Amino acid sequence: MATNNLYFTKDHEWLKVDGDEATVGITDHAQEALGDITFVELPKVGKVVKARDSLLVVESVKAASDVYAPVAGTVSAVNDRLGATPELINQSATGEGWICKLKPFDASMVGSLMKAGQYEALLAEH
Amino acid sequence: MKASEKTPLCDSHVKLGARMVDFSGWFMPVQYDGILAEHYRTRSDVTMFDTCHMGRFFVTGPGSMDGISRLLTTDVRAMEDGQCKYGFLLREDGGILDDLITYRFNAERWMIVVNAGTLPKDRDWIRSRLPAGVAFEDASVRMAKIDVQGPNAFATVTRVLGVDAASLAYFRFKTFEYGGEAIVSRTGYTGEKGVELYVDASRIVELWDRFIKGGVKPAGLGARDTLRLEAGLPLYGHELSEDVTPVEAAMERYAAKAEPYVGSEAVRRHREQGPGKVLVGFKIEGRQSARAGQAVLHQGRRVGIVTSGSFSPTLQWVIGFAYVERILACVGNRIQVDTGRTVLEAQIASLPFYKAV
Repeated sequence: MATNNLYFTKDHEWLKVDGDEATVGITDHAQEALGDITFVELPKVGKVVKARDSLLVVESVKAASDVYAPVAGTVSAVNDRLGATPELINQSATGEGWICKLKPFDASMVGSLMKAGQYEALLAEH
Repeated sequence: MKASEKTPLCDSHVKLGARMVDFSGWFMPVQYDGILAEHYRTRSDVTMFDTCHMGRFFVTGPGSMDGISRLLTTDVRAMEDGQCKYGFLLREDGGILDDLITYRFNAERWMIVVNAGTLPKDRDWIRSRLPAGVAFEDASVRMAKIDVQGPNAFATVTRVLGVDAASLAYFRFKTFEYGGEAIVSRTGYTGEKGVELYVDASRIVELWDRFIKGGVKPAGLGARDTLRLEAGLPLYGHELSEDVTPVEAAMERYAAKAEPYVGSEAVRRHREQGPGKVLVGFKIEGRQSARAGQAVLHQGRRVGIVTSGSFSPTLQWVIGFAYVERILACVGNRIQVDTGRTVLEAQIASLPFYKAV
């Protein structure tokens, strides 16, 4: 995956910007930390979120964790395959395990997110 | 509580890349290659668990049978040599101090296996209440234990150790030589065929490595929890505590002996009065799990609390335990669980959720 349009949050979400639409998922580090994901509470299409709002919940065998909206926007699509196969997030966190799309989204906030290098540096600190 | 205790196998877990967590003050592996993989491997093949953190007490001498019979709900007088039996240690008011397994070597030699988190409390409780002349030894450090569990467990133990476990009946044990006296019992906490192996602590790393070399993969506490939940087995600190009696835990059959014991009067009274709440199993269609501490509802009214809940890897739906008002505690009854974000439709289910064929 090309990384020049890929952004990260300190809570381990990623945001991929394609024109007027942005895709949201959790990072490989996040899926690794959560362990086997058994359920994704997908948001409803049309849900309006502010940046840092809880967008959805992912559940692993041991716990439920919030996934926060990296930027403000409106949910325009969800990855329905996660309903029956949430393990796609474990297998391909930044690919087939994408969670939802935001359209429109607040492009002015993208600049406040981390680029891949910054995110990797954050992980290295821990 | 910060994990301060380490089992003799701690370095082995770290070397294998286990994710380590605090469990009842012990630094323990929660998973190696993944909870689901370890769960499925236990159901379909064989895995092993480090259970050195659990407590092991020996009670010996003339009068030992009378001594433990007075303290445990277990009908130890009805046991035969080489038999193990599940039971409880109760307070006078019937509150459960621990659930445990008693091993009878002979009428004057017994081993009691207890939970890790309750070990110090149990030790003090039992030791101070045994009659004079009965010897008590906390062998938790001297002896170590691993569980080998799964449909291929017996064949694996025979192949790796040359010990025949297949001929043991359920909840029976025998001793064998392994740098001193070692014990194999046909017991476990997974709902599968399997054994628990007790050896001298100085030999446990070698024993573990022999199974590793023999192709056995370890499983962590994560899989241990989903396995025991599917098997309908309670976990102390979740389903069982000092705040509940065996009557409420719906496990009176393990506290039913005629002879008086510490807590028997309270259990009898509680049974006659009828408990206000009762432990039940429940299932939820789908994958969204109920979790310990969430409220159980019935027609919008709060009627209980979830004590354990998880997606069941084997069944592919959600299962759990909850305490609910006794009047509602019938298999098939519909209840709801409030997760805080959503209300899940649940149904009271019969136990165990899963039974090995």
